[in-house]
Amino acid sequence: MENKNPLVILRDVCKTYRRGSQTIPVLQDINLEINEGDFIALMGPSGSGKSTLLNLIAGIDKADCGSITIGGVDITTLSETELARWRGLHVGFIFQFYNLIPVLTAYENIELPLLLSDLSKKERREHVEMTLEMVSLSDRSEHFPSQLSGGQQQRVAIARAVVTDPTILVADEPTGDLDRVSAAEILGLMERLNTQLSKTIIMVTHDPRAAEKARIIRHLDKGYLNADHKTYL
Amino acid sequence: MQIIKLIYRNTLRHKLRTFLTILGLTIAILAFGLLRTVVSAWYAGVEASSASRLITRNAISLVFMLPSSYKEKIRQIEGVQTVSWGNWFGGVYIDEKNFFPNFAVDPKTYLELYPEYALTPEEEKAFLIDRKGFIAGRKVVERFGWKVGDTVTLRGTIFPGNWDFVLRGIYKGKYRTTDETQFFFHWEYLNESMKKTSLRRADQPGFFIAGVKDPDQAAEVAARIDASFKNSVTETLTETEKAFQMGFVSMTEAIVIAIQLVSFVVIIIIMAVVANTMAMSARERTGEYAVFKTLGFGKWHIAGLIFGESFFITMTGCALGILATFPAAKAFGDAMSAFLPIFHVSAKTIYLGILASVIVAVVAAIIPAWRSVNIRIAEGLRKIT
Repeated sequence: MENKNPLVILRDVCKTYRRGSQTIPVLQDINLEINEGDFIALMGPSGSGKSTLLNLIAGIDKADCGSITIGGVDITTLSETELARWRGLHVGFIFQFYNLIPVLTAYENIELPLLLSDLSKKERREHVEMTLEMVSLSDRSEHFPSQLSGGQQQRVAIARAVVTDPTILVADEPTGDLDRVSAAEILGLMERLNTQLSKTIIMVTHDPRAAEKARIIRHLDKGYLNADHKTYL
Repeated sequence: MQIIKLIYRNTLRHKLRTFLTILGLTIAILAFGLLRTVVSAWYAGVEASSASRLITRNAISLVFMLPSSYKEKIRQIEGVQTVSWGNWFGGVYIDEKNFFPNFAVDPKTYLELYPEYALTPEEEKAFLIDRKGFIAGRKVVERFGWKVGDTVTLRGTIFPGNWDFVLRGIYKGKYRTTDETQFFFHWEYLNESMKKTSLRRADQPGFFIAGVKDPDQAAEVAARIDASFKNSVTETLTETEKAFQMGFVSMTEAIVIAIQLVSFVVIIIIMAVVANTMAMSARERTGEYAVFKTLGFGKWHIAGLIFGESFFITMTGCALGILATFPAAKAFGDAMSAFLPIFHVSAKTIYLGILASVIVAVVAAIIPAWRSVNIRIAEGLRKIT
């Protein structure tokens, strides 16, 4: 593992929120390296800053200090437009509540990120069908989110996250809204994405069972990343 | 294509709300179209005026007459080609509610000056040779169900008595703006009767109409006509037909301005309704827009979704409103034909309706789009949870 080049490098990252005149530090002195092909779980109590850290890595929030380099690009220096384009190309996001667009079918939801690419309609179809097959939902492609179970919706969300073949996959409590069986399915799918397709996954979770699927577990407490971590190889 | 599909589906997400907003827009555009058409109808007489016709009347007031001897003097003035004359008769057909304009005119010269009143050669000949004959516009004939050869009696209000006329022709307007609700009979018939019953009112037309050779010289010719009667017992006021008609319109200008204001107020009200719909829609979808941004969609995409939805709703309402305007204007025009004889929905009214709808669509979407575009993704995603 030490031989790999770090894909994600965070140096002295901090983040504060303002509430009126109060300044609340959320993340302080975060230094983290994630290698290509890693599956890392970020754990910690509520309010520890794990989701904020995930948002910073995914480029959907801005750090107040420090640098975040992903695939050689310091995303803290990018403008909002550049960042949006970068996210479209390099980040696949899996949300706790799936966040599918309710008026689009499973197929159309998965196709959504591809609309920003230069792919032709035929190429997009090939990508979407392949991804649907990967998440075992080929027979549900014309179903709207309301016609799918929670587990199926999350699989659609995973398919949407991976359809562009992003550099990193970030998942915020991906099993938080699922029953045990569905959660196990989703975790199994994520594990396969990591082991079989070498996807780099950063997952925030409360659930120790979910964290066990990751190869590295890091703990956050009161905005600090604890030095100790577990690595399962 | 996918984005258009998404806009369409978003629009139909709250069917009742969308339906009510579109209904409101349809009614607003219909009201706007009708009110603008009323304003256009008000100016129809001005629009239908010819640049080559001058109206000469008594300088004191239109209610005072002019000596009929003036026609020869006017005819001799440089630049004048044809002179006709007439009187506002003000006759009533059966009941005062059956109003239509009726004039005693010199038929031959009058028809020369008003070629837009189209008659068949047979009808024209029949009218010219029958001193008790009259011609009437298509609309007024249809309104009362007259037929050629029918005798129609008007009760005189300015010229007392019952006056019998025989319908000799039905004129049709050559242009859409030609008034087809008028009634013309022989001035000689009126004049001869006056000679018998009220001699001091004989030989006194209410107005002269001068056809000028060169419309560009109309102002100079008008000045020459008035100058030739200066310091006479009966001085004249000559103006172009357009200015003459404008004189009538300006008497009721306050009403016209009020109607115009109301037509714009209708648009402002519907703008507020659409803005409210768009604000609600955008607020409900804050989380979804955050997801779009997370996936890499930029500000322009988000703004496009909101503006697209606003345009979809507004232009649907606009199209339905415009479609409804034509039958509504026809029904309204028929009901009001006595007062607004020219009631056509003009192309300008349609363009104004479309322009108003575009403005409504843009203004209604600006604030929701601005808010959605500028909300932080993390904050937007929190709205979902």
